[in-house]
Amino acid sequence: MERAMTLTRGIGFGELVGQRVKTGQLATVDANKIELRNFGFHYGSFQAIRNVSMSMPAHRVTAIIGPSGCGKSTLLRSINRMHDATEGARAEGELRLDGINVYDPSVDSVLLRRRVGMVFQRPNPFQLSIFENVAYGLRVLGIRNRTTLAERVEQSLRRAALWDEVKDRLHSSFGTALSGGQQQRLCIARAIATNPEVILMDEPCSALDPIASLKIEDLIYDLREQFTIIIVTHNMQQAARVSDITAFMLMNREKRYGELIESGPTDELFTKPSDKRTEDYISGQFG
Amino acid sequence: MAVRISIRTADYDVEGQMAQQSTPPQWSTGKSPLRHGDVPFRAGTVALASAVVLLVFAVAWMLYTSSQEARTAFGWDLLFGSTWNPVETELNPVSFGGWPAVRGTLLSALIALIIAAPLAVAIGIYLAELCPPVLRTPLSFLVELLAAVPSVIYGVWGVFVFVPFFSSAVAEPLSATVGAIVPWFAGPIATGRGLIVTGIILALMILPTIASLTRDVLRLVPNTQREAMLAIGATRWETIWLAVIPYSRAGIIGAIMLGLGRALGETMAATMLVGNTQRISESLFAPATTAASLVANELTNSVSSLHESALISVAFALFGITLFLNFGARLLIWFVERNTRGGRS
Repeated sequence: MERAMTLTRGIGFGELVGQRVKTGQLATVDANKIELRNFGFHYGSFQAIRNVSMSMPAHRVTAIIGPSGCGKSTLLRSINRMHDATEGARAEGELRLDGINVYDPSVDSVLLRRRVGMVFQRPNPFQLSIFENVAYGLRVLGIRNRTTLAERVEQSLRRAALWDEVKDRLHSSFGTALSGGQQQRLCIARAIATNPEVILMDEPCSALDPIASLKIEDLIYDLREQFTIIIVTHNMQQAARVSDITAFMLMNREKRYGELIESGPTDELFTKPSDKRTEDYISGQFG
Repeated sequence: MAVRISIRTADYDVEGQMAQQSTPPQWSTGKSPLRHGDVPFRAGTVALASAVVLLVFAVAWMLYTSSQEARTAFGWDLLFGSTWNPVETELNPVSFGGWPAVRGTLLSALIALIIAAPLAVAIGIYLAELCPPVLRTPLSFLVELLAAVPSVIYGVWGVFVFVPFFSSAVAEPLSATVGAIVPWFAGPIATGRGLIVTGIILALMILPTIASLTRDVLRLVPNTQREAMLAIGATRWETIWLAVIPYSRAGIIGAIMLGLGRALGETMAATMLVGNTQRISESLFAPATTAASLVANELTNSVSSLHESALISVAFALFGITLFLNFGARLLIWFVERNTRGGRS
């Protein structure tokens, strides 16, 4: 926690790289959680992303950065198959979660999403009490026991650093009545309540003010001990602050599809990018 | 142009401080030429909006005054009395009791609602949530087309197709078996016309109204709510049942109430199917009447001014019932909205 706090206190890249990525301290460094091999995604005749190959290690934060329209949200949403209901949406190549291609016909998207939770760009709590917002996911899993529900809700709210702010009005206050930052932490609590293995975050701070964003960033940093986190962000400083691995995507100007330029450990990507386009982007020359 | 320039230069004196205006600039005179159009526009819309209010009061006032004669003569018997006899005979004095009509209206509308509401909401859910996009437009169009079919056509179809089928296939076997115990389904089935067939045809008529409104209301649910539910591992069904429907509960109730309003006031199909008798029978298969069909049948050939006044009283009662139910629906929607939308903290 202390480490996370120092990291989020408005620092530049150089300073950041000096003190971060003490990777060895993290408990488990096991195999890659998610692996993409020549992965592509189409909406009807439009190809949104193409030929993406990369790995996302377990218990790490992987950030996907890039300018608008480069396909980073599409890539994120392909991981838990959020596009299933979209007409004409289709994947190609491989996207493996623990070695299993999630687009294999044998994979049930509902069971997949119970392992891969998601936090959205705009906080989207249900119009229910704070308690029910978190408990809903557990009820969907079939947990009915009141004590268990109460325990799991408290645990999730604590892990989402929201418990102290809402513990007195769990049942009397609506999730939608919280402030934007609290709503987003509530959504994070809802996502972690069902105990997924991976949490996808689609620009989780873009609708929040800087202080609320910092709280979320601290939270992300803490949560990686239990979860594998993939975060899409516009904000390069945020990517530098919270992530271990960064992937840079860009829209191919001639062929109009998004592609992966490079991915690698965050400090390397930000200090010595191997591609000229990455260097231009992180130094603010375009995008 | 010249005027504006002179004002600009006059704004500041030599020291750069604000100078007192001897003549205020055009934008602060309160007479902007840009707003001339607003006045007639506002006056026009206010007039038209008040016309609606006036119309409601005018109708209520007409019903009130024209029913005066019957109301002074019979009082509450007009609503709760059960003998309707416009022509004096040796045995029966003139009497106007509107209960058979009021009862028939409420019962047929209730039957229609019980049948139509769940079906229509299910159709709305299908159209909004589950229907493949290719089918959505044609199916929605067909449902809206059903809502536009004139009621006399439903009536004709009811008389020539549905009533004969229903009498032989449902009413007769049911009255012969269950009817012996439950008086609602007792025989005999004479013409086949009665409250239950009226209720079923009314259900068909209000079905498209409720279904298309439900679909519209469900389409308004933000996609973020669906995604939130899907992302915690909910199935399609759980997403609809636990996120989409609770979000639009108030709107669905509103749609059902609109359907109820149509069922209560429906005249033509009810007249053709209800049997038009003033006798109250416990059996839903027996001929009955509704307020709207009673007024429609008798007003043009009323035998006395008292008869006419009594019919207008029945119309007044119908007006009251619809008003009351609409008011109740508003309250219900308000209550549901307060419990789902609001930020109680």
